[in-house]
Amino acid sequence: MGIEEKAGDMGVVTTSLEAMVNWGRTNAMWPLLFGLACCAIEMMSAQGANYDLSRFGMELNRASPRQADLMIVAGRVSRKMAPVLRRLYDQMPDPKWVIAMGDCAACGGVFNNYAIVQGVDEVVPVDVYFAGCPPRPEALIDGIMMLHAKVRREKITGKKEDAIVLQQPLVQVK
Amino acid sequence: MDNTYILDILRARLPQATLAADEFRGDLRVTVRREDLLDLARLLRDDPDLGFNYLENLCGVDYLGREPRFEVVYNVLSLASGQRICLKVGAPEDDPRVPSLTGVWPTANYHEREAYDLLGIVFDGHPALSRILMPDDWVGHPLRKDHPLGDEEVAFTFNQDRIYAHKPFAKK
Repeated sequence: MGIEEKAGDMGVVTTSLEAMVNWGRTNAMWPLLFGLACCAIEMMSAQGANYDLSRFGMELNRASPRQADLMIVAGRVSRKMAPVLRRLYDQMPDPKWVIAMGDCAACGGVFNNYAIVQGVDEVVPVDVYFAGCPPRPEALIDGIMMLHAKVRREKITGKKEDAIVLQQPLVQVK
Repeated sequence: MDNTYILDILRARLPQATLAADEFRGDLRVTVRREDLLDLARLLRDDPDLGFNYLENLCGVDYLGREPRFEVVYNVLSLASGQRICLKVGAPEDDPRVPSLTGVWPTANYHEREAYDLLGIVFDGHPALSRILMPDDWVGHPLRKDHPLGDEEVAFTFNQDRIYAHKPFAKK
C-alpha cells in the first residue's frame, strides 16, 4: 500500500521541494493543547471518536508549545491571559500557524467589555478565522482543512498569504 | 440570642458606632460609623455572648449619585448560634477609605483586594493591597458605575475601515 505501489517498480518519485515540504507540514500538524472557554469543548469533541480529527494527522495535542505547530485559540482571551497567550506563541518553533476559533477569538464576540481582548489578532497574527458561538466540530475541521490548503500553497520563499475568513456576513450594511 | 439583644449589646458597648439599624427577613443590618468599624468587629468576634467568628462575605457597592458613594458590606455569621449580622460602612467619593478587617477575620484579605481592584476602595492596614483580578498595569476600576460599559466600537461594513485603521493588530 502507499506510494511504492503507485510508483510501480520505478522506485523513484519526482516532485518539487515545495510540495514535499508542504505535504509534510500539513499531514503532521500538531496543535497546542490550549483551550480557553466553551470552544475548547467543541475542539475536544472534534478530536474524539465521532469527528476524529486524527484522520488528518492532527490527533496529537502537544502540551508543550515547543512541540506544537498550530495554536487553536479556542475561546475568549481576557486581558490578563493575553500576555500568556503571546508568550506561548513566541515559544512555538517556526513555522507556526494560528486559528481564531469562534466569535470571541475572532472579534471579541458578545463580550464587548474591558476584560476581553477584542479579537486575538491584537495579540498574535491569525491565519484562519471562523465564526460560530461555539462553532461545531465540523466548522473546526473545515477551518483546519482551509489552513491545510493554505499551507500547501505556501512558497519556499516563506511569504505568507493573507488571513482567511470562513463566513460571509449575513447582512451587508451599506 | 435575637437581633434586639445583639443591637442592645452593640449600643451599650459602642454607643457612637451604630448609625442606623433595621431588620430584613429576620436578619439584622447595621450601618456602622467608619471610625468605629474595627472596634465593632472585634467586639462582635470576641464578646462571648456574640461570638461572630466567621466572615461569610465582603463586597463593595457603588451607589453613584448618593452620599456616601461607596459602601462596603460585611456578612458575618456566628457558627455557634447560627446568628447572622450584616454590617455596612460608607465611604465618600473623595476619600474612599475603610479600615481593613484582615486582622479580625482573615477571610477579609482577598475580598478586600477584590473590592479595591474593581471599585477602588482603599483598605487601611491591609497587609498587601494589590490587584487580584485585573492585570497589575490596569488603569482605573472597572466596576465603578461611571466606567464605560463597552470597550470598542462594533465594526460593520460601513465603519470597519475607520475602526481597523487604528486597531492594534499584531505583527509577526
